[in-house]
Amino acid sequence: MERRTSRREFLRAAGGVAAGLGLGSIVAVTPARATPAEMQEATRRVVGAAPINPGRVKLDLPPLIENGNAVPLTVDVASPMTGADHVRAIHVFTQKNPQPNVVSFHLGPRAGRARVATRVRLADSQTVVAICELSDGSFWSDRADIVVTLAACLEDGI
Amino acid sequence: MASALINVPPRARRGEIIEIKTLISHTMETGFRRTQLGALIPRDIIRRFVCTYNGTEVFRAELHPAISANPFIVFSTVAVESGTLEFHWTGDNGFSVTQSAAILVE
Repeated sequence: MERRTSRREFLRAAGGVAAGLGLGSIVAVTPARATPAEMQEATRRVVGAAPINPGRVKLDLPPLIENGNAVPLTVDVASPMTGADHVRAIHVFTQKNPQPNVVSFHLGPRAGRARVATRVRLADSQTVVAICELSDGSFWSDRADIVVTLAACLEDGI
Repeated sequence: MASALINVPPRARRGEIIEIKTLISHTMETGFRRTQLGALIPRDIIRRFVCTYNGTEVFRAELHPAISANPFIVFSTVAVESGTLEFHWTGDNGFSVTQSAAILVE
């Protein structure tokens, strides 16, 4: 005898698939988040036990951004960039992205000017921290607060 | 195929600080996103960017998933001599792109 799917069976199966999809999207909107403590830890991994002084660094970030997927970020360090006194590295960290690390730049006296820019993703309104390492081994930092209207990482999956 | 855009001034005075802008097409898949069925999309990002000036490294960056798609990096260097600037991007799944730009220093 020929076996045909009844309307009732079809609807039941379709409902099951729809429920599965719904569950999937609930899972998708709860990504892991780093915490300020994790950012501290990531910072310490880079800096070690050295003290981090405020100043000398300028982290330029818009105070409010509509789209967290591409946030312009500029770090500018006041440094003569000579062989004896230059910026060795610039690190950027966030508090609430899934991972605290954002980017690390390694410079030297050949850079001429300690100024770098890029575009970053931000998952939430939060504080972003830039830490620079000078050639004398000291660390300097700046922080900026930003309000993000549309968070990155939360867009629909494929 | 990935394509990169590089903005280097074609000529500069000796000792002048030149600004270099680079843009490369890449999705920078974070590894934190899921499909609608809940499966994790594997990470696929550029991990490293290096700029060499006549063979000497002048700038290096380590990228993480928090860098936007199509990474855009601006930095500067001192024009010391005529020659070639080489740019290398390397990343997950064997991603590797090299581009170069010539500069005339007078």
